[in-house]
Amino acid sequence: MKELVVISGKGGTGKTSIAAAFASLASKAVIADCDVDAADLHLVLEPAIKEESDFSGGREAAIIPDRCTACGKCAEMCRFDAITLDGPANEGVGKTYVVDPLSCEGCKVCVEFCPADAISFEPAVNGKWFVSDTRFGPMVHAKLGIAEENSGKLVTLIRKKAKELAEQENKELLLCDGSPGTGCPVIASIVGADLVLIVTEPTLSGRHDLERVARLTANFGIKALICINKADINPEMCDIIESEARQNGLKVVGRIPYDEAFTKAQIMKATLTEYTSGATGGKLKAMWREIIYELG
Amino acid sequence: MKIAVASGKGGTGKTTIATNLAVSLSRNGRNVRYLDCDAEEPNGHIFLKPEITKAEDVTVGVPEVDQEACSGCGRCGDLCQYGAITCVKGKVLLFEQLCHSCGGCMAICPEGAIAEKQRKIGTAESGHSNGMFFSHGLLDTGAIQTPALIKHVKKGIVEDEMNILDVPPGTSCPVIEAVKDADFVLLATEPTPFGLNDLVLAVGMVRRLDKSFGVAINRCDIGDQEVLRYCREEDIEVLFQIPNDRKIAEAYSRGEMMVDALPEYEKKFLQLNDKIENMVKTDEE
Repeated sequence: MKELVVISGKGGTGKTSIAAAFASLASKAVIADCDVDAADLHLVLEPAIKEESDFSGGREAAIIPDRCTACGKCAEMCRFDAITLDGPANEGVGKTYVVDPLSCEGCKVCVEFCPADAISFEPAVNGKWFVSDTRFGPMVHAKLGIAEENSGKLVTLIRKKAKELAEQENKELLLCDGSPGTGCPVIASIVGADLVLIVTEPTLSGRHDLERVARLTANFGIKALICINKADINPEMCDIIESEARQNGLKVVGRIPYDEAFTKAQIMKATLTEYTSGATGGKLKAMWREIIYELG
Repeated sequence: MKIAVASGKGGTGKTTIATNLAVSLSRNGRNVRYLDCDAEEPNGHIFLKPEITKAEDVTVGVPEVDQEACSGCGRCGDLCQYGAITCVKGKVLLFEQLCHSCGGCMAICPEGAIAEKQRKIGTAESGHSNGMFFSHGLLDTGAIQTPALIKHVKKGIVEDEMNILDVPPGTSCPVIEAVKDADFVLLATEPTPFGLNDLVLAVGMVRRLDKSFGVAINRCDIGDQEVLRYCREEDIEVLFQIPNDRKIAEAYSRGEMMVDALPEYEKKFLQLNDKIENMVKTDEE
């Protein structure tokens, strides 16, 4: 079983639309949406949920107001400025300390050092993850709670479950939609993958973000290919991107023209290749064949 | 005043709006500070072409163990929630890149055998662009503590001036760090199913943070009416709309400011700012 991850560096380059098109072109694949922070793939693939589980990425400190003596040790030791003297009064003190869950990183330092044993440390539910069926095969995806942390851990979990599912069902490919950026969730989605496709666009921003994300894939020793979407917006920039890529040993496997079909297909809840059999559809199919060849 | 320009979905015009709003205000006599908090993929410099006058390493504290003094008790590893320090057969092993710099291991070590050293996670650069303060963060390849770098960039905020924060896409920890002190959050989106789905998530985030906010719709004439319908139902102000215009896309691709390619937009960005300042004032009252 091989694993392909579609990422982008810069957001809004068409990564998810292209990943969805691949889902409809692949045979015998398990699909994973690793863009847990802003998951969109389900809008096109319309998964029917078969299993649903809570995701807990860590624990969360909470001060028990009745026990707090307002000594201030917790606030003094918290490195995340997550604890303030804004809690309710109790029998002993006029104000108690309180943890802001949005700033708390679950380090347990306050719990450990509280002399009054007044801080609880329970697992936090940060989101949900699902195993579903789609018209193109099984899909593992998630919904991270609003303003929740631990997206990297959730990505790792999704990939692990998708891999297990692929092995159980004898699938040949794991197709992952990754997240934009270069930080923790992106690293979690590419580590150990067989191949990464970076979707970029011919703009200075696209070129700059491609350079940064290609450094990341190289750093982790992962083979990467490039797709330039909206290629006709600036053909000169396409040439620059392609020549810079070649110098870094990266291959451009597709130039996809700017096509309203990207938006129209979304609205119809269809993949690009389901929606259009025009030039874009043909280019996507040709790119897919090349990716399969490169996957080996 | 601090205006954060954010979005659930990437590529919806955050940087375009943030840089053009900043330049429009600056050209009209305001003291503006542009702070690019998208430390994983910063792009503001491409359009503002700043002269960088200062570059600083941004570091985070990580443990350093004096193996001689260590008794191998393992209390550091028991406390660490991130798997960054662990004790195997009386020997302490470190995984620096997983460390969140909470300081727990140093505080709990009964032998005082753990000191703190600094590990570089990125660079913060600052300077000027046509009389406007500019700063951005550049996360090192493979580093994960984006929020710590954003915190550093935010030190460039001056309360009495107009601070425009360019926020990373999404709704998770780096985004929270970038928007949590803002007076107003402008959420950029596009009128498509993906744009709407991610806007709903971003609205959930700013509501949880109890922020005053409004929406900007980019490429407002592609797609459908669902974003407008959602905003109407949720009583959310749509403050700005940019039509799909090949001229804008081409200027963007070359790193040109929208207010230079289409000068009529300068006035629109000033009007956008007036609306935002009015909303913040009303909210304060």
